[in-house]
Order: sequence, then structure tokens, then C-alpha cells
Amino acid sequence: MTSRSTDTAEAVLLPVLAIAGALLLFGLFVALAGFNPLEVWALLFRGAFGDAFSLQNTLQRAAPLMLTALCVALPARAGLTIIGGEGALIVGALACAGLPYVWAVPEGVFGTTSLMLAAALGGAAWIALAGYLRQFRGVNETISSLLLAYVAVNVFKHLVEGPMRDPASLNKPSTFALKDGLLMGPIGGYDVHWGLVWGVVCCVLAAIWLGQTTHGFATRVVGGNVRAAGLVGLPAGRLVITACALGGAAAGLAGGIEIAAVHTAANASVIAGLGYTGILVSFAARHHPLAIIPVAIVLGGFGAAGSLLQRRLGLPDASVQVLLGFVFVLILSAEAARGRIRWGLFKPAPAPQAAPQKGVA
Amino acid sequence: MDMDAIGAVLLAILGGAIRVGTPFLFVSLGECLTEKSGRINLGLEGVLVFSAMSAFGVAYWSGSAWIGVLAGSASGALLALLHGLACSMKRVNDIAMGIGVMMLGIGLAFYLGKPLIQPQAPTLGSLPLGNWSDSPQVRAALNINVLFPIGVVLALLMAWAFANTRWGMLVRMVGDSSDAARALGTSVTWVRTLATTVGGAIAGLGGASLSLYYPGSWNEGLSSGQGLIAVALVIFARWRPMACLWAALLFGGAGALGPALQSVGVTGYYYLFNAVPYVMTLVILVVTCAPQRVLRGAPSELGVQR
Repeated sequence: MTSRSTDTAEAVLLPVLAIAGALLLFGLFVALAGFNPLEVWALLFRGAFGDAFSLQNTLQRAAPLMLTALCVALPARAGLTIIGGEGALIVGALACAGLPYVWAVPEGVFGTTSLMLAAALGGAAWIALAGYLRQFRGVNETISSLLLAYVAVNVFKHLVEGPMRDPASLNKPSTFALKDGLLMGPIGGYDVHWGLVWGVVCCVLAAIWLGQTTHGFATRVVGGNVRAAGLVGLPAGRLVITACALGGAAAGLAGGIEIAAVHTAANASVIAGLGYTGILVSFAARHHPLAIIPVAIVLGGFGAAGSLLQRRLGLPDASVQVLLGFVFVLILSAEAARGRIRWGLFKPAPAPQAAPQKGVA
Repeated sequence: MDMDAIGAVLLAILGGAIRVGTPFLFVSLGECLTEKSGRINLGLEGVLVFSAMSAFGVAYWSGSAWIGVLAGSASGALLALLHGLACSMKRVNDIAMGIGVMMLGIGLAFYLGKPLIQPQAPTLGSLPLGNWSDSPQVRAALNINVLFPIGVVLALLMAWAFANTRWGMLVRMVGDSSDAARALGTSVTWVRTLATTVGGAIAGLGGASLSLYYPGSWNEGLSSGQGLIAVALVIFARWRPMACLWAALLFGGAGALGPALQSVGVTGYYYLFNAVPYVMTLVILVVTCAPQRVLRGAPSELGVQR
């Protein structure tokens, strides 16, 4: 096999093995608690992909994960570890729910698109700030993006429970609901909303940008080796901030979609950790935008199956979190096996590759 | 606001600095030890939540808060050991693995802690250092967490050990130049894994402080990123244990601002005051960091410090 095809095979095989290993560990874990692992696995599959209903539920959950994963993947390709996508999602949700407060958005496709644009801009600004602080102030972007996420949560709660609150929302403080004409409906006759299309299109566009355009190529050069990028005269700062802004725009869009397609108003349900699951999706997809689509569907499926596990077996709702934790740890550990798989018995093990760069940050 | 109210707020902030700052202190000391060895552990957030749950659970079943503290520390060490071992493998990124450990720790804590949300476990007592005063506010403010003095001693001990002991030097050498350590025949992997594990044990005390002292119960909203703030706090403290102590108090005070103002009737900005510690951390990072220059005191093997 050529080295390129073994690389690809490895890129697919390692995450698949890691997810299988995580499922095995999870089975062991629930077996210790006295559940039948076979039943748990069967329910996981049925709840995720078993019938049309669960499949649609899975796709519905996968849509925001694709977008929040882009918020990790695009900065990662520019060499940054951004893990505060949750913050961008929240700001996006707030921008989407807040736009009608300042401007009478006309109902219809134009209005919905304006809302999505506002959400994307909000998210873009949030992550671009982390990129700016990293590039021009030397502040570690991993930490600053997380801090910004916590700031976003508190600002969100302040506005939703204070100035922007709909007085009619008594038990669950919310903003005013979007008008019906602004909501994002289902695709055709299915239960899946248009957010899925936004998610897939964004992933494809991101892949084209990274793989086919000069600008995307330049971004990857910066991510690979800043010094080399400087030597050929690439404006590293601008490229890094652009990558951050694009990633943030995707996560912000996810927040907007959550409002316009799911919750209709901004309230605490928006803060559901979608940004954090997106980190896992992106790492499992090795920050490749096209690989994000299937990974988001698999992990979205686990999320969809969670409620079935809860209903049928009485497993705590955190059981999916445990499963995702196993997946994350194993996927990262699988990196250690890269380049060590023997593909043929008579072929010598591949020569060790050039020493990897130390640390992503 | 009149003078009495201002005095009350200041006292409440002082008391809050110790009450809220204690978990920060332990997590930042644990992170400080880990980072001194040249590795970063973002998973301490997961360690904090997981150890808070196990400390509470064991205290509940054993009936002794101190056995709970030990359990919290041990479970923190266990989770950190996982991080340490995983990061010892080739090509495993410690920042990303930290996020994985954080997710796993929080997931496990929520899963195993489901039955612990209702019951009340024995809590740690407090040291009434304010008994000399007649004022109830002073007494309340100086009624301090028993774990806090332990944290202060630990900070002193760590500062001394880094400067004066063979183990302290070993950790610093591994953190500053793994090549030098290897040349001297020291196992970098071993030292780092051990430092990470002990760091987890220290951070676990912070978790015990959360669930057994303040707020003194177990629920899923117990930690709101204290473990992550601690990572930033260590940068702010320039990897010096004693500075970690002052930084933890400063952050505890900032965290106590909202409740303190609420107690004198300033309401309506509750969440904005909650955001103060995060904004403050960010501002401090912006002021202290600079591009094209490595921070003074930073272990040079540290990935976060490139």
C-alpha cells in the first residue's frame, strides 16, 4: 500500500477502533452497575439509528455539533487550540434572539437569514477576540476562549433574566419568542430542520476553503509552521484571526439555529454543552471539515440514544457524558498508535516519521 | 450606600475570599506542581468535580467528613494519574487530553453522583478565628474553612521544596529541560506522571472543600470552571506557590463580590458580578502576557507557553 492510502486507512481506522473501545468500556462500566451491556448496546444503536424517528432525532442533534466542531477545527488548522465554542454559540443565540429587539425583522426567508447572519457575526467576534489576544497580546487562546465562554454564559443569563426577559415567561425566564415567520422549519416532510443543511454546507465550504483556495492553504501553512509562514511573507496574524472568526461564525450560527429551529426564544436550554461536544467531534475528525459530518452524526446519535437509555433502563442522563468521555480519551490515546499499524505481514514496519511538533498550543 | 453597608460588604468579601478561594488555592497548587514538571492538566476541572462527588459520597456513607477528604484526594489522584499516563504516550497532546479528562471526570461524577443530590453528608467544621470580636459580621467573616490553613502550609511547603529539596529540583529540571534531565539519567516520564498524580491529589482537596465545606453539598452545578480558572491563575502567579495563595484569595474575593452586594440589597446584577472573576482573569492575562516573549518563571517545556 502506498503511504498516502495507509495514512487514510489509519485516519479512518483509528477513530473507529477508539469508538469501539469506548463502547466496550462503557459496556463494562454499566455492567458494574448491574445493567446488561448487550441491552445497553442494542438500545444505543436503536436510539441512534434504529428507525426513522431516531434517525431524524440523531440528524437534528448532529447539525449544531457540525457547526461547533468547525469552531475547533478551523482555528486548529491555523495552529490554535480554541475550546470556547460554547461561548460563541451562546453569543450567537443571544444575537439571534436579540436582533428583533433593535430592528423589526421582516418575516420570511430574508428575515431568517438576517437572524442567522447576526448570530454568525456575534460568534465570529467572540472567537476572533481570543485569536486577537493570542496573536497580538500573547494570551494563551485555550484559556482565554474558555474564560470568554464563562463570561458569555453570565452575560446571557443576565440579559435573559433581566433586560430582555419576556414578562410572560414565569417559570423559565426567556426572551420574547421569534415570530412564526422567522422560525426555521423542517426540511420537506421530515422532522429534521434546515439547520442540518446549514451544518453540512458549512462543513463542505470549510473543506473547499482549506483544501482548494490559496487563502486556506496559507492558513494551513501558518498552522503547520509559523516561522516558515513568516519567511514566505504570509500575514500570520490576519490569517489566524480570520480562521478564528470563521470558526466562531459557525458556532454562532449553531446558536442562532438552536433559537430559530428548536427553542424559538433564548433561555437556559440553549446552554446544553453543544460547544463542548463539538470539541470532541473535531478532535475525532482530526480537524478535517468533511470528516466532521459523519463523526457529528455518530456522536449526535449517542446523544439521541441517551434519552432512550434513561427511559428504558433508568440509566442516569449523564451516562452519555461518560460514554463521550471514554470516546475522547481513547481517540486522543489512539494518536500514539499512528504509524505503528502493520498493514501486511511481509512488509517491514513503516520507518518512523519526522518528529512531530511539540504541543498544539 | 452608607458606611456600615460598605464595611459589611468589605467584611463579606474578606470572608468570601477565604471561603471561595480555598478550592482555587488547592487546584492552583496542584496545577502549579503539574506545570512545573512541564505538563499542563486542563483536566483538573474534571478532577475537582469528580473529587467533590467522591468526597461527599464517602463522607455520607462513612459518616466522617475527614475520610471524605481523603477519598476526594485519592480519587483526584486517580483521575490525574490517567491524564499522566495517557500524556506519557507519544504524540498525545496534553491540552487536548486535559479536555478529555475533564469531560470524563465530569461525566463520571454526574453519573455516580446521581443518588447523592438529596442526602446531607457531615460537613467539615470551621475555625472560629473571630471569637474575640463582638460583631457578628466579623465573626462570620473569620469563621474559616479548616482546609484553608492546610492549603497555606502546603503552599509554604511547596515553595520551600521547589527551592531546597532534591525532589523539587528534579521536578523543576524536568520542566525546564527534559534533555538535561535525560542526560542525568532521570526518567522524564516517571517524574511528570508522578507530579501530575500528586497535583491531582492536591486538587482533590479543593473538590472536598467544595462539597464538604462551601457550598457543602453535592449538585451538578457545584463547579463553574474553578478548575480552569486555576490554570490561568497559575500563569498569573508565575508558577510560584506562595503567589498562588495570594491569587487564590484575590479570586475568591472577586467571586464573593456578587453575594456580598446581594446581602446588602444590591440585586439585579447577580450574573454580571458572577462574571467578574473571569473578566478579571482575562484582564490580568492581557496585562501580564506579551507576544514574542516568554513569561518570567515559566517552565520552558510547557506547551501552553510557546
